[in-house]
Parts: sequence; structure tokens; C-alpha cells
Amino acid sequence: MAFVDQIKDIVNWLSSPPRFFLLSVIAFFAVLFPGELGPAWLRRLTRPLAAIYRPRVAAVLFGFLGLLFFLSFRDPNFLLIVGKPDNVPIAAMIFLVGFFVWYSLQQGRLNDRLQESGQPVVEKQEAGDPKVLVWPDLVYTEFLCMILWTVFLIIWSIFLKAPIEEPANPAKTPNPSKAPWYFLGLQEMLVYFDPWIAGVLLPGLIILGLMAIPYFDTNPKGNGYYTFKERRLEIAIFLFGFVVLWVWLILIGTFLRGPNQNFFGPYEYWDAHKLVPLINIEFSQLMWVKLLKMPLPSNPMAREIFGLLVVGAYFLVLPRIMGRFWMKRHYEKMGPPRFYVMAFLLLTMLSLPIKMLLRWTMNLHFLVFMPEAFFNI
Amino acid sequence: MPVLKRLWEYTRATQIWNSIFRHGPMDTARNRGLAVLTNVFLHLHPVKVRKSGIRLRFTWCMGGITFFLFLVETATGLLLMFYYHPTVEYAYVDIVDLREQVPLGIMRELHRWGAHAMVITVWLHMLRVFMTGSYKPPREFNWNVGVLLLVLTLLLSFTGYLLPWDQLAMWAVTVGSNMARATPLVGHEGPGAPLLKLGDITLVHAGNDARFALLGGRFVGAGALLRFYVLHCVGIPVVAMVLMAVHFWRVRKDGGISGPV
Repeated sequence: MAFVDQIKDIVNWLSSPPRFFLLSVIAFFAVLFPGELGPAWLRRLTRPLAAIYRPRVAAVLFGFLGLLFFLSFRDPNFLLIVGKPDNVPIAAMIFLVGFFVWYSLQQGRLNDRLQESGQPVVEKQEAGDPKVLVWPDLVYTEFLCMILWTVFLIIWSIFLKAPIEEPANPAKTPNPSKAPWYFLGLQEMLVYFDPWIAGVLLPGLIILGLMAIPYFDTNPKGNGYYTFKERRLEIAIFLFGFVVLWVWLILIGTFLRGPNQNFFGPYEYWDAHKLVPLINIEFSQLMWVKLLKMPLPSNPMAREIFGLLVVGAYFLVLPRIMGRFWMKRHYEKMGPPRFYVMAFLLLTMLSLPIKMLLRWTMNLHFLVFMPEAFFNI
Repeated sequence: MPVLKRLWEYTRATQIWNSIFRHGPMDTARNRGLAVLTNVFLHLHPVKVRKSGIRLRFTWCMGGITFFLFLVETATGLLLMFYYHPTVEYAYVDIVDLREQVPLGIMRELHRWGAHAMVITVWLHMLRVFMTGSYKPPREFNWNVGVLLLVLTLLLSFTGYLLPWDQLAMWAVTVGSNMARATPLVGHEGPGAPLLKLGDITLVHAGNDARFALLGGRFVGAGALLRFYVLHCVGIPVVAMVLMAVHFWRVRKDGGISGPV
């Protein structure tokens, strides 16, 4: 039993958000680009990860994770949170998203190999066939799909009752109070940004950014078939947003955030009295007081000058550098206006993980703290 | 069964049958095509499709499943509406009654689990469309319609979240709608709102800001329950249905399910 407890302690330790999130990001890029990123030793280290795209290896891995997941239900704290009826679909979502992301990447790599050897992609091999009639070929598939889902939903509904808690009581705030599960990624952003940015601006930009994807992506390749090689950057950006910044944050918000919005490991008891020190510090204090050993200037603009410079450089200078060097091809293809809008949205998206890292490593509260002007970043 | 066969042939020859189905027996390609063309629901499909396009391993049928779940939600939601009053006095009791008084009742379960599943399938549908590059020309606009439908799915789920009127419902919606307070200019705690003044009178306050409009009150109460109910059962579904019609029709008009050129 001691062995099991040790494993649980390790998992709890790893689940602390700085470690969990950092590990996830590293794992994300290592699995997406095995043996391709970083210095030579890192490439050598991650190269074997390409094996994950072999169906048998993936099946073993999925099976192992599934087994671990089901064995975890023996832990009372895990059962209490993950076993909640409303959390069952979220737990299922982990495996569904995992599977389908893996599957689409695997299909893409399959097609890439076919194209390298001069053959057409899988979808093209079949497209040579004459077209088939919607009745019966498609309509029957749809019908079958409907019947299977009806059966599945009925079985699910028979075995799992829809929960109902105590009647609504405006005088009794539950601890923790959480938004509906699919908005927990947004609620998570509230920790790092002001409400008007995290709750209004960023959700609006997410919708806008998603809608703008077809107009940013000028790559004519990879239209209508799975591929990875022809769309590496596009796929990496989208999956980073979808898997890491959306689904991952929902998991953190659902399973790891407990009373008082404190973090808890999956096998940890949700203790409402857990004390976490609040030692956040503003960037202005860090620069003026700690580094320059000077009192804070009273003029807000002077006080926040360092933060304003950093944020200004991030949003104004960095896009220019991106266009000139790292994303030169995209810049030339898209033209300046489109490229700079895209760069702004991309940098906004990346500001979230950057802000999270700064909070965890330096306890940084805000880079620019100007409550006078509702401007905290 | 010769009797059944004769009955079937007799039915097919009647004026009633022929007035409904304007095509002959389904044994020729022409009649199969007509079956799709002359049916208002089926004609959202093209007559012919690429074989690779309808492979389950290409589409995962995720869009179809999402639409089917929308139909499940409509059907079960309609039945739930018969037994549910959107008032503070009755809402919670009605839900408890559905649980306690209906033997083998699963309508609420179907509705709730179907809704959770729909949120997940709509995300997976987006993932599939992205990974196959299906938003590329000429399908840019349909991707936009799809994003709006995704947002509407989340809003449908969010408005439905309040209706059981239990602690989970009330506080999840309280947390969710608190964001509206911080909307620039139109939320009373948002940037710019304190600037909107006429002399000493603040124009935007807790009694008329964006959150008030959403909740029909200063907090999640009777007004919010009614508003969310109407939006959940009528407002959002109607908009979603219009957009869905556009979405499916555009799939067909933009050249069917995507495939390599």
C-alpha cells in the first residue's frame, strides 16, 4: 500500500499547476515534433516519441492510461471529484480529445509518407472512384449512426441519474463556486487577467480569431485531406490553443481547483482550510523598489514605464520581428495588414501561458498595474 | 411473404403515396437521385458525394452526431416543458417531481447527458474540420457559420444550466454572468463606464447595465429564470436552426464534403 501512496504523492506533486502545465506544454511539443525541436541532445531524446504514431504503441499507452484512470477510482478523494455524475462526460472528453487528436495526426503522417513515396493521399486514392449516390450510401450511414447514438444515450441515462443539488439559495455561496464546465478555461483566465479582459475581451477575441482562421491561412495545400507536413505551423498553433489552452485549462478548472480556488492534486482531500500565501508583486515594485532601490514614482505613467515598455515591445515590436525573420514567408504572402492582425491575435493567445509562467515563477501580479485607467495587464 | 409484397405494391400504386413521393421505385439511379432532390430534408444533401468524403474515418460523423443531438435535445426538451414552470416557486420542485414521481423516467437524463455530449461533439467536429483543412477556399464562410453555431451551442447549454434552479445552477450562472459587469462602457464595473455621466448622475449602474439586461434583475432571481427559459427554449434554438440550415446548405453549395482536388 505504501508503494501506491508514494505514486499518489508523486502524481499530486506533479499536478501542481506550474509543473503540470509546463510538463503538458513540453509533452505537447515533444509529441507533435518528435526529434525536430531544440538542440541536438534534445532532438535525440525526443526522437523515439515518434513511435506514438504507431497504432500498437498508442493502443498500449491508451490502455495503460485507462487502467490507471480506473484504478484511481479506488482512491476516495479521486472518486469524490471525478466520480461526480456531471464530471463523467468531462473525464470521457480527456480520452476522446486525446484519441481524435492522435488519430488526425496519425492519418496526416500516413498521408505524408504516401506523398513522399510519390503516391496520392488516402482520400485521393478513393476519390478516383465514381461518386456514390447519397441514397442509399450516405443516408444509411447517418441512419445507423443515429440508432447507435440513441442506444448509447438511453443506456447512459439509465445507469447514470441526472444530479440535483439543494434548492437554489442566494444566501449560501458554495465553495468553490464554478462556472459551467465548458467555461472553466475562461474562469481560469480570470486568475491572470482583469475581468473585463478575461471575461469580455479575450472570449470575444477567441471567437473573432477562430472566424478569421480561413482568412489568415493562405496555404493552399492540405485542403480536404489529413496532412501534417504541409501545415506544421498552422496545426501546431491551432492544437496549442485547442488542446493546451482550452481543454487542458478545463481539466485544471474541473479537477484540480478546489475550495477558495486553491489547487489540489487528484488524490488530495479538498480541504477548505488549506492556506496558500498570497505574495503577488507588481512589475513596477519589482523594478523600482527591488532592483533600483528607489521609491515608486507618484506619476502612474512614470511608475509603470517598465511594464509599458515590455508590453509595448511585445505587441508593437515583436510582430515586426516576426514578419521580418521567423514568419517571413507568411508576411510576404499575407501582406502587412493581414499579417499584423494575425500576429496581434497570436500574441494575445500566447500572452496567457506567458502570464501564467510569470505568476508561477516570479509571483508577478501585473506587468502594467494602472487601476486609475482600468489598465492592468 | 406474398401478402406483404402485394400490400406494398398496392400501397405504392395509390394516389396518396404518389402524391407524397414523386419518384418511382428506388431501384434506379435516377429515382434514387430524385428521392434526395424531391425531399425537403434530404435535399440539404447533394445527390452524389465523393466516396472518400463520407468515410467514417474521414468525417468521424461528428457534425451529423451534433445535429442528431440537437434533435434529441429538441424532442426531450419539448417533453420536459410540459412539466416545468420557469418560476422560483415551482422550478426546483418540478425537477424533483420528475425524478421522484416518474417511474423509469429518463427524459431529464437524456436531455442533460445529450447536452454535455453535444458540447464535446461540436468541439471534435471543429477539430476534424481544422485537421482536414476543410475551412480553406471555397469553404471559408461556412467555417464562420460553424463558429457561430459552436458559440450558440455553448449559450444553449449555459441558459439550460440555470433551469433546474438548484445550488449548482444558480451559482454557476452567477459566476458566469458576473463577467457582464465588467463589459467596457455598458457594464457598471467595466472600463469607461464611470466616464458616462450627466452632471452628477451616473448613466451606467447595477440597475441598468449589461448584466442587468442579461439577468432581468440585479442578481440571479425570478427575472433571470424566465429570461434564460425563454432564450433556452425559443430564442437561441430559432437562431441556431436558421444557421444550421445555412450551414448544411452551404456544405452542398461549396462542393460537398471536402476532399483532395
